[in-house]
Amino acid sequence: MLLEVKDLNTYYGYSHVLQGMSLTVDHGECVALLGRNGMGKSTTLKSIMGLAKPRSGTVLYKGEDVAGYPPYKVVRAGIGYVPEERRIFATLSVLENLAMGMKGGKIDKGNPDAWTVERVFEHFPPLKERQGSKGALLSGGEQQMLAIGRSLMGNPELLLVDEPTEGLAPLLVSEVRDMLEDIKKTGVAILLVEHNLRVAMSLAQRLYIMKKAEVAFAGTVKELDARPDVREKYLEV
Amino acid sequence: MDATTAMYVAQGIHGLAYGMVLFLVASGLTLIFGMMGILNVAHTAFFMLSAYFCYQVVAWTGSFWLALLLAPIATAIVGILVERFLLRRIHAFGLLFELTLTIGVMFVIMEAVKVFWGTENLPLPVPSLLEGLVSIGGMDYPIYRLFIIGLSLVILGFLAFILYKTRMGMVVRAAVSDADMVNALGINVPRLFMFVFGVGTWLAGLAGVAIAPILTVFPGLADQMGMDAFIVVIVGGFGSLGGALMVAIISGLLSSYGVQFVSQLAPVLMFIFMAVVLAIKPTGFFGEREG
Ligand SMILES: Nc1ncnc2c1ncn2[C@@H]1O[C@H](COP(=O)(O)OP(=O)(O)OP(=O)(O)O)[C@@H](O)[C@H]1O
Ligand SMILES: [Mg+2]
Repeated sequence: MLLEVKDLNTYYGYSHVLQGMSLTVDHGECVALLGRNGMGKSTTLKSIMGLAKPRSGTVLYKGEDVAGYPPYKVVRAGIGYVPEERRIFATLSVLENLAMGMKGGKIDKGNPDAWTVERVFEHFPPLKERQGSKGALLSGGEQQMLAIGRSLMGNPELLLVDEPTEGLAPLLVSEVRDMLEDIKKTGVAILLVEHNLRVAMSLAQRLYIMKKAEVAFAGTVKELDARPDVREKYLEV
Repeated sequence: MDATTAMYVAQGIHGLAYGMVLFLVASGLTLIFGMMGILNVAHTAFFMLSAYFCYQVVAWTGSFWLALLLAPIATAIVGILVERFLLRRIHAFGLLFELTLTIGVMFVIMEAVKVFWGTENLPLPVPSLLEGLVSIGGMDYPIYRLFIIGLSLVILGFLAFILYKTRMGMVVRAAVSDADMVNALGINVPRLFMFVFGVGTWLAGLAGVAIAPILTVFPGLADQMGMDAFIVVIVGGFGSLGGALMVAIISGLLSSYGVQFVSQLAPVLMFIFMAVVLAIKPTGFFGEREG
């Protein structure tokens, strides 16, 4: 396993937001994390990243327990993070935003597969035309592409992506979906939080569905397909 | 040139010199606030501490120039130690703890200064090279004030270069808008905070040395500068260097011309200015971030 999250407990003040959360992601695999608003999906990603401090539990990444590490160490271990709301640096240009993702500020010359600005532009052509623009001036879709490209610049083996299609027009939703598919093909594993069930089911091999603070269902896409009751209970409004 | 014009120009130079010193103090304050979200109440105490360090170096070596080099560095070292061993430890507990801590640090510095140097005004001579007036185009300018303006411009250029032309500066600008996200891209943000805190206190220290020959060295230096520096940061917009520069200059000119034209109003002119700006734009001139 590439990532093994076991029995995480995370609190915001007194509210117990993750109660024994567990999941796994294998090398090169895409795993979706679903569930209604406020169930703890984003908090799961933040707890893995070290942006929220889990009070107990382990986050084994390639066998190393990174739970409680500061975010920059989790990133250096090889995990990339694409947050909810994208969090593009508004006052920085597209190129600068991408440079922010480069570890140590350089392209890894020893690694022929290392991500470069050119490669990011190949995957996300609209960014190329806007490379000089400030982050604040980008459209929602462009910001999403930039957020993904920025984290790829750190050459992650695992990408945590939080609601990449949120707020995008239908055409852009499928465009971003295809881009994630391409990235998956390059061998990057993806843990995807997604509200759009169709997108999630078309990208992921396995899924987890969260109910309040814990996993309610875990299985393959096929298994979920056979369980309309689960979908109705935990996903549909 | 007639006498009235000459007086206006001289007032302008005084105001500009004060404004530039104010900018040095405020730039450090706004960088620290912008990035770390810490309203460092002890900032002007560092400014005063550096003036004392300057006095001491001059007392030992007789060299103002050596003091200009060493005092801000010594101040920055104190700042870095405060960040590394005090502020960093309580960062996780939030804003109120950080604010309280910096208030504590301010009191410790204020009292320590009195213990070591007493409470009197310690005079510091203007270095002989910068004494007196220089005549340009039939006008006499006080050399030391021109020097302060020049020094601040050099520092401004240096800061702008670092901020806009280097990777380090880019990372700082990014961290001003979203430090957690910078951390989540693999950059050691705690170390960056320590560094920026060091640069911020160094800037305050430089201002402390610059002002010492004009105002003399005394414990009240911090209060004198404190209110103005905070106003500059608030009106300029938290985290904005450009805003700090603009408002610092306006503030310097307001205070020197204010004394001349509306002397009864002079002490409150800056507050009136602040109230007007904030009523129109609550985040300050260039503020993007909510205080
Ligand atoms: N910073 C915070 N402070 C306090 N409570 C929080 C914080 N962030 C999230 N919460 C709460 O924790 C719970 C889980 O939030 P989380 O953001 O993980 O949910 P989510 O599953 O990602 O929801 P959504 O689909 O709306 O993004 C929610 O009840 C939320 O209100
Ligand atoms: Mg969420």
